[in-house]
Amino acid sequence: MESIGVLMACPMNSYLEQQLDKRFKLYRFWTVPDKSSFLASHKDSIQAVVGNAGAGADAELIEALPKLEIVASFSVGLDKIDLAKCKEKGIRVTNTPDVLTEDVADLAIGLMLAVLRKLCESDRYVRSGKWKKGDYVLTTKFTGKKVGIIGLGRIGMAIAKRAEAFSCPISYYTRTEKPDIKYKYYPSVVELAAHCDILVVACPLTKETHHIINREVIDALGPKGVLINIGRGPHVDEPELVSALVERRLGGAGLDVFENEPYVPEELFGLDNVVLLPHVGSGTVETRQAMADLVIGNLEAHFQKKPLLTPVV
Amino acid sequence: MESIGVLMACPMNPYLEQELDKRFTLHRFWKVPDKSTFLTSHSNSIRAVVGNASAGADSQMIEALPKLEIVASFSVGLDKIDLAKCKEKGIRVTNTPDVLTEDVADLAIGLMLAVLRKLCESDRYVRSGKWKIGNYSLTTKFTGKRVGIIGLGRIGMAIAKRAEAFSCPISYHSRTEKPEIKYKYYPSVVELAANCDILVVACSLTEETRHIINRKVIDALGAKGVLINIGRGPHVDEPELVSALVERRLGGAGLDVFEHEPEVPEELFGLDNVVLLPHVGSGTVETRKAMADLVLGNLEAHFLKKPLLTPVV
Repeated sequence: MESIGVLMACPMNSYLEQQLDKRFKLYRFWTVPDKSSFLASHKDSIQAVVGNAGAGADAELIEALPKLEIVASFSVGLDKIDLAKCKEKGIRVTNTPDVLTEDVADLAIGLMLAVLRKLCESDRYVRSGKWKKGDYVLTTKFTGKKVGIIGLGRIGMAIAKRAEAFSCPISYYTRTEKPDIKYKYYPSVVELAAHCDILVVACPLTKETHHIINREVIDALGPKGVLINIGRGPHVDEPELVSALVERRLGGAGLDVFENEPYVPEELFGLDNVVLLPHVGSGTVETRQAMADLVIGNLEAHFQKKPLLTPVV
Repeated sequence: MESIGVLMACPMNPYLEQELDKRFTLHRFWKVPDKSTFLTSHSNSIRAVVGNASAGADSQMIEALPKLEIVASFSVGLDKIDLAKCKEKGIRVTNTPDVLTEDVADLAIGLMLAVLRKLCESDRYVRSGKWKIGNYSLTTKFTGKRVGIIGLGRIGMAIAKRAEAFSCPISYHSRTEKPEIKYKYYPSVVELAANCDILVVACSLTEETRHIINRKVIDALGAKGVLINIGRGPHVDEPELVSALVERRLGGAGLDVFEHEPEVPEELFGLDNVVLLPHVGSGTVETRKAMADLVLGNLEAHFLKKPLLTPVV
């Protein structure tokens, strides 16, 4: 398979890069100085694209690669891939579900605890020597807080399971109510926000869910409410979120994703009621290895004409 | 009851102080310039002492207060009270169990997540602008890690319940095995440490459990192991812990307590595998109010000759 051209959209994992290099003819798109020339000269040899949360395969890239057969994403999110175009052209698409569910759910709970109990702030307090002058302020109890989840897929359900162990009543919003689920359903995000203490974004990013967290939702969540985003930056109207936090109209936020990563609004840096993480949701050694193996496994299956492991399209 | 003298050992909670002031003749021990003279001149009026995790009623103080009838601790830990002496003199002792169990258990899980997923370090990384230069390093998955708990009382059980939601196999050590408990029992702390990934101190501090975490236990926990201390600083041989962390013989630590609070060994400040908190285990608005009400309730019950709410002795 060493003659098969695979285009890697951006740096994402050294092990994956190494393995792709061994098995295929790997092109590292980020090292190419003139991307359009490159695509023009290599359009007949590239049969696969490997993308991730940062970069994938948009309509332009797909059109430029007539021999493209498969897009394998090193992520579960598919928002960087033009799925409609892939369907139209019969291009297969795979992602990395399940293997990262637990890590992302763990991080969501970690963010809740870190925001409510001000873990990062207290750790800073100790390291700065301030504890010698006085005790840290009182924070807010996490156990028993009402947790509202937008999107009750694999990740949403894993978050719910964990939060239940802390006696958190769970409610959710999804496009359609799930009758087999025992949690309370709200038919709109605003109503969910009005009835919970901690609102978690755990749905895919699509045209419909872009800015699903807007001014109205933030107002409903209110000055005692906390927003947790482990989805995608564009789920949130970021300028609205920032002003709500700065003006204390929103109680707090735990954010792993931002609209223009790696740029994070600097107005947030001075706040003690936010926790800001550099998109580390699935960022553990164990999980990235499993994700990489899934990408490689899907590509091998495809080129060996075997069933794909985790096909989306 | 305004004529009853109550001695508050140290500042602990403004609401509690206020309420004690209203109902009793409150003496603030930390404001007294000459403590022995004070005790001599007030030896006949002080009938109650209110202590906490930092200061309580040792043998010397008890001897100096012949009219002492009750010691009410604003904590569940009793290590600052000479219980034997209280028993001997018929002095009642109360603490604040149950109301703080959830907060302390929440914090233990928060520390586990913060250490394994490097939450505080990643938050620092974002705020320092480093994310613009490159992604944060990969961390370690929390779900499925083996959690070993020393002391399976209210707090230990609450930690186990939460960790189980993350599919963590639970094992424990206590003075005697608990036959009704489904978790795996180890007859020694060293064996527990050798067979878990995360070791949590959740037992009371007594003469027997002082330095229960020693060099041998730290060696058994090892270079990939993590220690979580939400008990008391003296549970751990701190210099041994510090050198193990600095020399990377121990994988990491999440510490809410230290041998000489508020002093924290500065060698820890430069490490990225530790989380250091200023003894905030029960430090939420909700819980400290509940603890204060329990102290007040116990004192009132005693002086009204009613049954104590949460007696220990």
